[in-house]
Amino acid sequence: MQLENKNQITMQIRDGVIAGSPIVIGYLPIAIAFGVLARQAGISLLELTSMSLLVFAGAAQFMAAGMIGLGVSAIEIIIATFVLNLRHFVMALSFVHQLQHIPLKWKGTLSIGVTDETFSVSSIYKHKAEQAYCHLFYGTIILTSYASWVFGSFLGGVLGDVIPEQLTQSMGVALYAMFIGLLVPSVRKYKRIAVVSVCAMLINYLLSPLIGQGWGIVAGTILGAVVGIFVLEEEKI
Amino acid sequence: MIWLIIIGMAVVTVLPRVVPAYIVDFIQFPSWMNKWLKAIPFAALGALIFPGIMTVIPEKPYAGVFAGLVAILAAWFRVHVIGVVAIAIITVYLFTI
Repeated sequence: MQLENKNQITMQIRDGVIAGSPIVIGYLPIAIAFGVLARQAGISLLELTSMSLLVFAGAAQFMAAGMIGLGVSAIEIIIATFVLNLRHFVMALSFVHQLQHIPLKWKGTLSIGVTDETFSVSSIYKHKAEQAYCHLFYGTIILTSYASWVFGSFLGGVLGDVIPEQLTQSMGVALYAMFIGLLVPSVRKYKRIAVVSVCAMLINYLLSPLIGQGWGIVAGTILGAVVGIFVLEEEKI
Repeated sequence: MIWLIIIGMAVVTVLPRVVPAYIVDFIQFPSWMNKWLKAIPFAALGALIFPGIMTVIPEKPYAGVFAGLVAILAAWFRVHVIGVVAIAIITVYLFTI
């Protein structure tokens, strides 16, 4: 019995590393790019690495580095970060809903690590939530992603000038490609999912210029999922 | 000043992520809301992909879109997600030379 538990723990951690590896690959170049940009904005290596350690929100950190470079006030940066990260409220709600049966302390702890990427990958592996020690599976995805984000930022701050801009720019597509790589297999299994995603895209595209990028993603996610209530059949999702 | 920004950002980032864990037990979800929550990942993925993908090379929005189409094709033919990412990076790189 003891041994069986141990095997299950090892298995969940191993599966978490495997499931998290696309995020690691997606995060590294983006984190490096963040490090480079933050240095250029006059943020020290210690400060930019600490920002990644404490904040762990890619888009918000890019925006903040840009705003710091422009000399924008602290309160404006903090409010903009809040607005941009409100989408994680919706994602975290869906994430904890998936993990309803695990202890609150685990739900709370894991939620700290909800980002666009860790959330997307976790929700693709929702069948894992029924297994024993599933919190270790999701925890491993989050920890490996977090480690690569912090390490990548540090690396970017150190080697910023050595990496050709052309390459960092091309790597900027990595996270989008990962989202596509996660979405397409679900659409392949159940075509109506595409309707939900395309509606979310259009809502975001139409509203972003009016309400900003952060709110656009929030609106696209909430309203796109509302479309899902009407087009998806309960038993197929 | 910068540390104030970092700590402030950390607080407003953690709050929206953690609050749902503490309120989810007090909410009884009607069935349409369960469906809504299940649809959220797919809607979120859509909203995260587009129009953001057009900004990969800001002056060439079509480069990101083209790389996205290549990625869709690769994923459709069951290429592993790491392969999809690699193919997309190479595609964008070709647009920069």
